[in-house]
Amino acid sequence: MHIPDGFLDAKTAAASAVLSAAGLGVAMRQARMTLPARRVPLMGLAAAFVFAAQMLNFPVVGGTSGHLVGATLAAVLLGPGASVVVLTAVLLVQCFLFADGGVTALGANIFNMAIIGSLCGYAVYGGARRLFAGLHGTVLAAAFAAWCSTVVAAVNCAGQLALSGTLPWSVAFPAMANVHMLIGVGEAIITALVIVAVAHERPELVEANGAPRVAGVGEGWGGFVLYGALIAVGLALFVAPFACSWPDGLDKVAETFGFAHRAARESVVGAPMPEYRVPGVGSASAATALAGVIGTVVVFGLAFLLARALVPKSSSEQD
Amino acid sequence: MRRDFLDRYSRLDSPVHRLSAAVKLLVALSVVVATVVIPIFGVAYFILVVSFLAGVAAASRISPHFLLKRLLFLEPFVLGVALLSLIQPSGGRVFATIVVKSTLCLFTMVLLANTTPFAELLRVLQRARVPALLVTTLALMYRYLFVLIDEVERMKRARASRTFARTHVHAWKTLATVIGQLFVRASERAERIYAAMCARGWK
Repeated sequence: MHIPDGFLDAKTAAASAVLSAAGLGVAMRQARMTLPARRVPLMGLAAAFVFAAQMLNFPVVGGTSGHLVGATLAAVLLGPGASVVVLTAVLLVQCFLFADGGVTALGANIFNMAIIGSLCGYAVYGGARRLFAGLHGTVLAAAFAAWCSTVVAAVNCAGQLALSGTLPWSVAFPAMANVHMLIGVGEAIITALVIVAVAHERPELVEANGAPRVAGVGEGWGGFVLYGALIAVGLALFVAPFACSWPDGLDKVAETFGFAHRAARESVVGAPMPEYRVPGVGSASAATALAGVIGTVVVFGLAFLLARALVPKSSSEQD
Repeated sequence: MRRDFLDRYSRLDSPVHRLSAAVKLLVALSVVVATVVIPIFGVAYFILVVSFLAGVAAASRISPHFLLKRLLFLEPFVLGVALLSLIQPSGGRVFATIVVKSTLCLFTMVLLANTTPFAELLRVLQRARVPALLVTTLALMYRYLFVLIDEVERMKRARASRTFARTHVHAWKTLATVIGQLFVRASERAERIYAAMCARGWK
């Protein structure tokens, strides 16, 4: 999901950069206020951990393999604010040392993978964890959250590509969403397995019950509102123009403030983009959306079964 | 394992390597931004950029073989998404634009990464008032990245010498255990590092 340079036009890149700078700012502030000094080195080590974990390949059918992204895992293990900073560090190193993910797309990549990955994952995790007690609930919630955040990030990524005129939405949305609904299952399984493994070794690192560990109570609510608003704005900008017939807010803003270089936009886009309705387009998007709804239910069920299978009854009842 | 697989050539000695990191970062960023923004019809610009990058690559004394390999390694990510763009009116032009621009940007970043030690880039970030927490995180990450990757390699070797992974289910379970173990070790190491930092007067 790393977007390279040249795939986003100026307005999308700028809007994503502003959003991710805001998100990173909030996360940094939250981390500074609530992160105890003794956990500062853990941020760097966790970033190195995520990077190293992403290099482990899990065999999938045939010769193909996949790897962990780790945003939800980091959010569960470290808390949402710390996870945003950690994933941002990972993306920065990947961009500047590996040339993986573009510089101009850095804002978009940080928004999709660090911010949506961590915060959306953590929000789903926080909600779903309440449903079942103990480690069982934690594993189930983490697996489900990993899937959800992967899919939401992919849809947002599709929105950014479509808004830039690189891909038509009718191609980008089904392609990205369908592929990542499958990738998300892998992410969910790995996340669940890793959390069980960590809980087995050092149970105190995975808090089965109790409050989120990094966010304080007051700060948590403030952060929750800010983060929620941020993701809502992101989805409204990148996805809503395609999902419903609202006017393209970002284009309006771009024209009002004139930060979109008209020449650049036209050159990248080719033609002004509205007219690419291929036959069967609407139905493909609708089918993908329907698959998303069904997938959510199915994945929740799978996560429940996975957690049941992985967590022994006795340890679940102890918690 | 090789500890420098990420930026193997960043510590060579050449005119390009001796330039200040801030200058290189600024030039690389401007090249990337200009490449993305300037219309593809500005052929003169693209010829200029290609010859500039080729000149820098030659002056940096990095083996062309390595640069080409790195570029080819990254190109599939570009082509994968770019191919989808063919499915639209005037898709061919969008495709060509994307591939040319992305490849030029990739090459710029590969050159930057391999002519500038990461520690110097961090110093530039620090001077640019990037929040200390992020810079500290990046510095520690870079320092311990190679340690953790070595640790993963050792764990994988130990696992491979003791068990068979007959099915994918087994393979996934053991790999996930390796990741879990890696996190436990990373957090224990973080605790030791904190103690060491305090002992040396870090506040």
